[in-house]
Amino acid sequence: MTAAILPDPTGERLDRPAVVRSRGHGANVLRRLLRNPVAMIAATILLLLILVAIFAPWLMPADPYATSMLKRLKPIGTEGMPLGSDELGRDLLSRLMLGARLSLFMGIAPVVMAFVIGGSIGILAGYAGGWLNTVVMRCVDVLYAFPSVLLAIALSGALGAGITNSLVSLTVVFVPQIARIAESVTTGVRRSDYVDAARASGASSLLIIRKHVLGNVIGPVFVYATSLISVSMILASGLSFLGLGVKPPQPEWGLMLNTLRTAIYTQPWIAALPGLLIFITSVSFNMLADGLRSAMEVKQ
Amino acid sequence: MSLSQQQLVNEFRDVGGARQPLLIVRGLKKYFPLKSTGFGLRRERLAVRAVDGINFEILKGETLGVVGESGCGKSTTARLLMQLTEQDSGELIFDGQALGSRGLPLREYRRQTQMVFQDSYSSLNPRMTIEDSIAFGPTVHGVSKREALERAHDLLLRVGLEPARFAGRYPHELSGGQRQRVNIARALALEPRLIILDESVSALDKSVEAQVLNLLQDLKQAFGLTYLFISHDLNVVHYLCDRVLVMYLGEVVEVGPADALFEAPLHPYTQALLRSMPTTDPLQRTEEAPLAGDPPNPINPPSGCRFHTRCQDARAVCASVAPIFHEAVPGRRVACLKYQPDSGYETAQIPLREVTHG
Repeated sequence: MTAAILPDPTGERLDRPAVVRSRGHGANVLRRLLRNPVAMIAATILLLLILVAIFAPWLMPADPYATSMLKRLKPIGTEGMPLGSDELGRDLLSRLMLGARLSLFMGIAPVVMAFVIGGSIGILAGYAGGWLNTVVMRCVDVLYAFPSVLLAIALSGALGAGITNSLVSLTVVFVPQIARIAESVTTGVRRSDYVDAARASGASSLLIIRKHVLGNVIGPVFVYATSLISVSMILASGLSFLGLGVKPPQPEWGLMLNTLRTAIYTQPWIAALPGLLIFITSVSFNMLADGLRSAMEVKQ
Repeated sequence: MSLSQQQLVNEFRDVGGARQPLLIVRGLKKYFPLKSTGFGLRRERLAVRAVDGINFEILKGETLGVVGESGCGKSTTARLLMQLTEQDSGELIFDGQALGSRGLPLREYRRQTQMVFQDSYSSLNPRMTIEDSIAFGPTVHGVSKREALERAHDLLLRVGLEPARFAGRYPHELSGGQRQRVNIARALALEPRLIILDESVSALDKSVEAQVLNLLQDLKQAFGLTYLFISHDLNVVHYLCDRVLVMYLGEVVEVGPADALFEAPLHPYTQALLRSMPTTDPLQRTEEAPLAGDPPNPINPPSGCRFHTRCQDARAVCASVAPIFHEAVPGRRVACLKYQPDSGYETAQIPLREVTHG
């Protein structure tokens, strides 16, 4: 029964040579992502937009709320107004800069909240399996059955206009989508031998989820969530466009698109600018998500 | 834990003495229900009878081989023993203590029994370094992280992987044989007494397989382990095992010492199984398939003796009477009417069906 685990019989620990450590999965993904030019361009654009949004109050050339009947709908390149002015004569560049704050916030915040809530629901349901999984996922499917635009509009309409309410309704729209992905990935992980091995070592379910499931599930779910940011931005803009989101005079790209649409025949470029920004931002988020996906999918 | 301490613990752990089997399996049964067809009253409850009331013992310090065709319930048995699947009925008695009793809660049982899976890759968490994978088990049982890592390094050395080179690596950076060594080290990390090896070397190259088998032999000596060795490779089973258990369609049909069983198999199924072993001796080569066809459906197994549909020695009685698993020869148990006195086998001389040869 004597077990000679140790190389030396005295039981003293030998001087151990330093352990060579391999790069972790996260570091590998980051390295591959950094080598992907498209993803890097998208990331740079997003970084710039986020910086502009953060420092908007100091970067703005003019007061975004100051109206002037004389300077209405000035074209791009007008002196003092590099991007022209809107229907109330407010400086468009300043409004676009400040609007980036709300637009980005409405793109990211609902997805982050849905990531936490939907991810937890999906992981717990997927790990529990059996009838609990069936019950939870059928409930999620009920929400999933509604078209997302319709659901967002219906919820916002019922809750009333405002930023908080659009945030809530957008979160509700994304929770089922993220929960489904998290559930399916978790179900796959739960059936793997390494989870069985962890169970065989006597670990509790919570510990197994924390140590073995989370790390393997969070990646794919995160990628999916990143691709939802653009959807969220567009939906939020849509809600503002319909008057269910941000209230005027606060600048937000969707709302600006709405108020400027009457000028589409007189100043088409001005009217298109907020839309263009929405487009650029959402495409960038999608490109980044794509890059992230391919960086994670590399077979090892 | 120092060496002498561990020895003390191991002696303390031996509750029942050397003669007490390490694990007694009694009436273990597991049916997997199928999706029912039909509605209401016409609804049929069908189930795959994966393991259908098996009884056997694993003696202290032995290597018990389990053989049988694919789908005979070998792996389900392993999962039941590891309690990864819950049995429908039956009990496990580990060193004289019933599992689930106050003396042996599941958690403690799992510390003393460990398993090495077939797929060396999927049984390691791809996001964990080797040392973390090995150290996980001990930390679950209250060993400090530092100590667990030290133990992991010691075990890596013990299974022939230099800790400095391998401890910080990820599973995909290792070869199949190296990964399986890591899996063995992980199983050992909890200082178990019984290790279930479920086709653990089947996926490896022959040369690597031999190395790992030798390692398993060494470790068994060094740590005083008991193995349950599940395999479809009869040569390996013969080489490694002290006793062999033969399964057919969810039932144990024969148990006996490896040498005696390979020399003179009792059950017609065991005989057929051994005849199916490939041989390098030209005189022993045979053109005929010793076992024709696939095993019957485990959802609706044949009546009487389950093997009678493929058995060369089947008589009419075999289709109606289920044989009793009994000691036919001292130390060897078999479930076959041929060896069962007063079973009615001798009197019924008409073969059930023609067995055609060649």
